[in-house]
Amino acid sequence: MATLNSKIPAGPLEKKWSNYKDHINLVNPANKRKLDIIVVGTGLAGASAAASLGAMGFKVKAFCYQDSPRRAHSIAAQGGINAAKNYQNDGDSVYRLFYDTIKGGDYRAREANVYRLAEVSGAIIDQSVANGVPFAREYGGLLDNRSFGGAQVSRTFYARGQTGQQLLLGAYSAMSRQVNKGNVTLFPREEMLDIVIVDGRARGIVTRNLVTGEINRHSAHAVVLATGGYGNVFYLSTNAMGSNATAIWKAYKRGAFFGNPCMTQIHPTCIPVHGDYQSKLTLMSESLRNDGRIWVPKKKEDAEALRHGKLKPVDIAEADRDYYLERRYPAFGNLVPRDVASRAAKERCDAGFGVGETGLAVFLDFADSIKRLGKSTIEERYGNLFQMYQKIVDEDPYTTPMMIYPAVHYTMGGLWVDYELQSTITGLFVGGEANFSDHGANRLGASALMQGLADGYFVLPYTLQNYLADQINVPRFSTDLPEFADTEKQVREHLDKLMKIQGQHSVDYFHKKLGKIMWENVGMGRNREGLQKAILLIRELRDEFWKDVRVTGELDEMNAELEKAARVADFLELGELMALDALKREESCGGHFREEYQTPEGEALRNDADFMYVAAWEYTGPGKEPILNKEPLVYEAIEVKQRNYK
Amino acid sequence: MALAGLFLIVFLVLHLAINLLLLKSDGGVAYMKAVGFMTSNPLIKIMEIFLFGGFLIHILIGIIIQIYNWMARPKRYRVEGFSHTSFFSKYMIHTGAIILVFLTIHFVNFYFKKLGWVAPPEGVEREDFYQMALLLFSSKFYSVLYIILMVFLGFHLNHAFQSAFQTLGLNHSKYTPFVKGLGTAYSIVVPLGFALIPLIILISK
Amino acid sequence: MNFTLKIWRQKNARSKGRFVTYKISDISPNCSFLEMLDQLNEQLVAKNEEPVAFDHDCREGICGTCSLYVNGHPHGPDAAVTTCQLHMRKFKDGDTIIIEPWRARPFPVIKDLIVDRSAFDEIIQAGGFISVNTGGIPDANAILISKSDADYSMDAAACIGCGACVAACKNASAMLFVSAKVSHLALLPQGKIEAAARVQAMVKKMDDLGFGNCTNTGACEAECPKQISITNIARMNREFLTAKVCTQKKRVMAGGGI
Repeated sequence: MATLNSKIPAGPLEKKWSNYKDHINLVNPANKRKLDIIVVGTGLAGASAAASLGAMGFKVKAFCYQDSPRRAHSIAAQGGINAAKNYQNDGDSVYRLFYDTIKGGDYRAREANVYRLAEVSGAIIDQSVANGVPFAREYGGLLDNRSFGGAQVSRTFYARGQTGQQLLLGAYSAMSRQVNKGNVTLFPREEMLDIVIVDGRARGIVTRNLVTGEINRHSAHAVVLATGGYGNVFYLSTNAMGSNATAIWKAYKRGAFFGNPCMTQIHPTCIPVHGDYQSKLTLMSESLRNDGRIWVPKKKEDAEALRHGKLKPVDIAEADRDYYLERRYPAFGNLVPRDVASRAAKERCDAGFGVGETGLAVFLDFADSIKRLGKSTIEERYGNLFQMYQKIVDEDPYTTPMMIYPAVHYTMGGLWVDYELQSTITGLFVGGEANFSDHGANRLGASALMQGLADGYFVLPYTLQNYLADQINVPRFSTDLPEFADTEKQVREHLDKLMKIQGQHSVDYFHKKLGKIMWENVGMGRNREGLQKAILLIRELRDEFWKDVRVTGELDEMNAELEKAARVADFLELGELMALDALKREESCGGHFREEYQTPEGEALRNDADFMYVAAWEYTGPGKEPILNKEPLVYEAIEVKQRNYK
Repeated sequence: MALAGLFLIVFLVLHLAINLLLLKSDGGVAYMKAVGFMTSNPLIKIMEIFLFGGFLIHILIGIIIQIYNWMARPKRYRVEGFSHTSFFSKYMIHTGAIILVFLTIHFVNFYFKKLGWVAPPEGVEREDFYQMALLLFSSKFYSVLYIILMVFLGFHLNHAFQSAFQTLGLNHSKYTPFVKGLGTAYSIVVPLGFALIPLIILISK
Repeated sequence: MNFTLKIWRQKNARSKGRFVTYKISDISPNCSFLEMLDQLNEQLVAKNEEPVAFDHDCREGICGTCSLYVNGHPHGPDAAVTTCQLHMRKFKDGDTIIIEPWRARPFPVIKDLIVDRSAFDEIIQAGGFISVNTGGIPDANAILISKSDADYSMDAAACIGCGACVAACKNASAMLFVSAKVSHLALLPQGKIEAAARVQAMVKKMDDLGFGNCTNTGACEAECPKQISITNIARMNREFLTAKVCTQKKRVMAGGGI
């Protein structure tokens, strides 16, 4: 077993980051332009890192599989971004945001990282405003805030229901400015397929140009992965169709440890599944829970009648409605954290109270808020979300309650990184959702945007500089090195193999099957038996995939089927690791709910004595069991408690 | 384009005002007085240069822009033109071309005669626009053509008026609806005013 | 529901394309347009034919990746949606649906229904930003912005850069896209500072790339999935004219020699 050095700086919690910054090694401006950095992914973390590193004077190469960096899936985040500004005078502080995040993550995140996140959160808002993000304003011209799940203060900044879009466009335009200045070079429609390691350090990547099919080599002094999460392992998720795990999975297979792979967030407010042709699940922002009340009928026969369309939601009398979140969690009510809300919805539906055609839905009702605030206020707050709902479901949420059900949304797990966001491969840094770092076992709403931008704007520019300080004499790398040639050869062989199978079934066929296995066994409720079964099923499916998948088209041309096949091949391996991690974590915490470990009231039951650690999985070769390394979590500033939202 | 257009729009009002004097039953005294002023006043002479410049610029830029616009979509759609747009805006180059043809005829009928490039009809003096106009409108064919042309001019103006304001960036949530209304009114009233003259002559015959 | 699809197929940028007719049946009215194409592609793969290439990613109407010119409308006949949010219930059973790629000189076809829209990125790179580096920024509340300005700015900033405006415009003009970015930044005090330089740089780039001119037809506004208003075009025209008329000549400042 390897020893994990998380490199947490010495000193009291609130001084660690400034201590770190005060003592790192710097690179002078003349040397910065001699150093290349590859950034893979152009979402919030990637774009903000590329923009900031470019502005510092480093030469950055930014890659994305999308046709434009502006389309990375950060763009879909709706509700908002947290920051400990205390503009509302409601008692917020850096400590409180830190505390809420640790508690929200069910005490499975690293204290020092989370504190730093809270510490830089305010600067993110400043930076974004300076970049032109049109956050919502009060009439006096000051910034407005809204509340979000898991917090008792209003600290969420927002730009209508398109906060992710606006923040990403801010980072994207800052990066575009660096393209203009020649510090950032963009490589859109270019997908990373492997990482190149030279003398133990990450020194480049091998990519496939998605337009021409060319396999290309790119070198740099350091590599940053900001490639997002792996929720698409479930096939149906709120992720974009192209979101994938390939970059981090290849890094894992080259020696980067994978942290907490089983930690998946199931978002409580998504539009329910409506058919097997469905390709994606659409999220309805958590901010809706500010003004919407969640309920199911109290009587099973009412639920039955609703399912068959014999009753309408408005027909159910107030007394016959079960506002189950308000009932179970009076203090937080509809604003409990996501994992709690999701499980409560599943519990009601499993018990037979679910509504919608499939019985897998609950109501999110705005009637009371519309009565209280007027339709125009609700329209101003959520107009675009209501419109989106209406377009998809063909029902008017102003007059009839929305129907929602939990769906896979975010993966807290990711590549293990130390305090510097460096993985166990020297010179390979990981930011945003792609790393495991800040959210523990559950992420609070409006914290993903915060973490992505914290990593990109304010953490990576420092830690990379520290890493590169002793690299100033290392000349630019030639991509003719044997390490590059070897890696490229392996990539080609992998793709060739996929092309040559020419089996009976499409890539989607396998992806859907994998998704079903994952959702049923590694989803919201997990148990030993199911997880063991899942591992076997995934292995079988993987074998079948490599015998029977059909990839049409050619390798050296634009080929969406090949892209999908390569991604699904990796999901088929990652899924197994997720199940294995979930199996080994014999406790319930946050989004990881093991049915064997729950309180009599059905709440998650943690086992701090045995499982207060980050699982960092180490790859040992094809077909071999990976090694579980443990980074113990030490809480010095926080008293560890049972999470309680009652 | 927009500036020249707006200039022409203002000119049309003046032109109409003078033309309407044709209807005054004073044997053309008032009309010829106005024409006389327009042809002799030195200030108007200077304005005339601007007017021709305005026409030229408007026409030339119109053609150049249209060529660029065609070049911007070398491969056309199989199904197109279904977007909900103002109908007339799609045919500016076509209505413009029709107006240009008329303009040439118009020049041949009047301006070139004054300059002596084209011989005036028999028994009519070079500068006697009153007689020339009455003569032209005495032709049923010409009058109908003229009226039809005015319909096209209306189409052109309907889009042109508010479009010129939009191009110049003069857009405001309070005033733009008024400008649009004014544009519509203008595009109906002005061509109608022009058309009225042959119409009345036709009817009174 | 059953449909006849006439789809533009083109192997790559160099080859000549053509329309190919497909029949598809048993489509749920609740299925999205792209999910309908997914089902077509499944069938094509089963027949060992190459599936239809089309751009798509988030499938929730925000990334701006999906395109498609459907029956004469960018993003199809439904108003204010992207193709991924267009549902088959908007069509009649038995309809013939003609699907084409965006057509504009600066948007060359890459394959089938996929076009290259990097021209939009180039326009942003020319000036669609505020010139600040990371760090050293004043407090976010140090700049007061009136709610109305912030709202108008947000209206313009909602642009997803899909290119439907260019696709819809009879002149293939990019004015709505460019003006949305110009307006978004010009309406904010922090963006106002370099507004004159920005609008000139972006308009120049737009012209250089070969987009057509705006003739105020309004098709862009009618087809924009985010309902961006052509008021923004007027604002850009205003910004552009004042910038052209009022900005001082560029002057090279002598360095301090430190």
